[in-house]
Amino acid sequence: MHGFANPARFLRIARWLTPLFLISGVIVAAAALAWGLFMAPPDRLMGETVRILFIHVPSAWLGMAGWTTLAVASLVELVWRHPLAGIAARAAAAPGAVFTALCLITGSIWGRPAWGTWWVWDGRLTSMLVLLFLYFGYLALADATRRDGGGSGRVAAIFGLVGAINIPIINRSVVWWNSLHQPASITLGKSTIDAAFLWPLLIATIGFSLIFGGVVLARMRAILAVIQAEARLRRKAMANA
Amino acid sequence: MREAVDEWAFVTAAYVIGIAGTVLMIAWSWLAMRRAEKRRDRSRGL
Repeated sequence: MHGFANPARFLRIARWLTPLFLISGVIVAAAALAWGLFMAPPDRLMGETVRILFIHVPSAWLGMAGWTTLAVASLVELVWRHPLAGIAARAAAAPGAVFTALCLITGSIWGRPAWGTWWVWDGRLTSMLVLLFLYFGYLALADATRRDGGGSGRVAAIFGLVGAINIPIINRSVVWWNSLHQPASITLGKSTIDAAFLWPLLIATIGFSLIFGGVVLARMRAILAVIQAEARLRRKAMANA
Repeated sequence: MREAVDEWAFVTAAYVIGIAGTVLMIAWSWLAMRRAEKRRDRSRGL
């Protein structure tokens, strides 16, 4: 793992992996969404609105996966001081926030015809909204640390780790509290979803995950480039002084 | 009794917002990366 701590080696790999992830992700996600939109049958109870599943569930999964990535990277940054770990955590925050927001918006749109309301303050929806606010807090903290010239993102990393407590709360919220939101339909090795919905859902999740990976790599490359340019300009300024 | 709603209007709204959000995020990240890498490459020549 420490082999990837070298930014030059990371950049060599990321240069071809970034477009590969993004292009394959867009193709796979588009195919899965077209499948869900035009070929999947309407649901017996939810009718046509079941098709929102193919965009809502991957968004929810990536909102939570984004913070899990951020927390693991923060742990690696704090414990092993891996130079790329803090950059990976910062890079995962924005796409994680975007997918969390998309999950909340598409969920709200689905809730209106399914439940008769746009929003309820139940455990699942509220804990997901808290996740979005945690992302905003992390992004603001990471940006403030960078602007202050603090090379160490320890405060943001600790915030990333502490915020991870919300992930199991989101996951278990439909079990712990009464909710309009349905319980998990897919658990490890078990699914209560019909195959007509399960396959396009799995393919959409793979497609959006590839997009997430490509966006994280692109943002890591951008952060690295900014750090390298600033370091070079600083060295030149000191040499000229 | 269930309220009569146009289900496709909700499906379309969810897809438009989901796809637009994803495309904007990809474009924003890609352009920010290209801009930052160009700036780094320019700093080499200074």
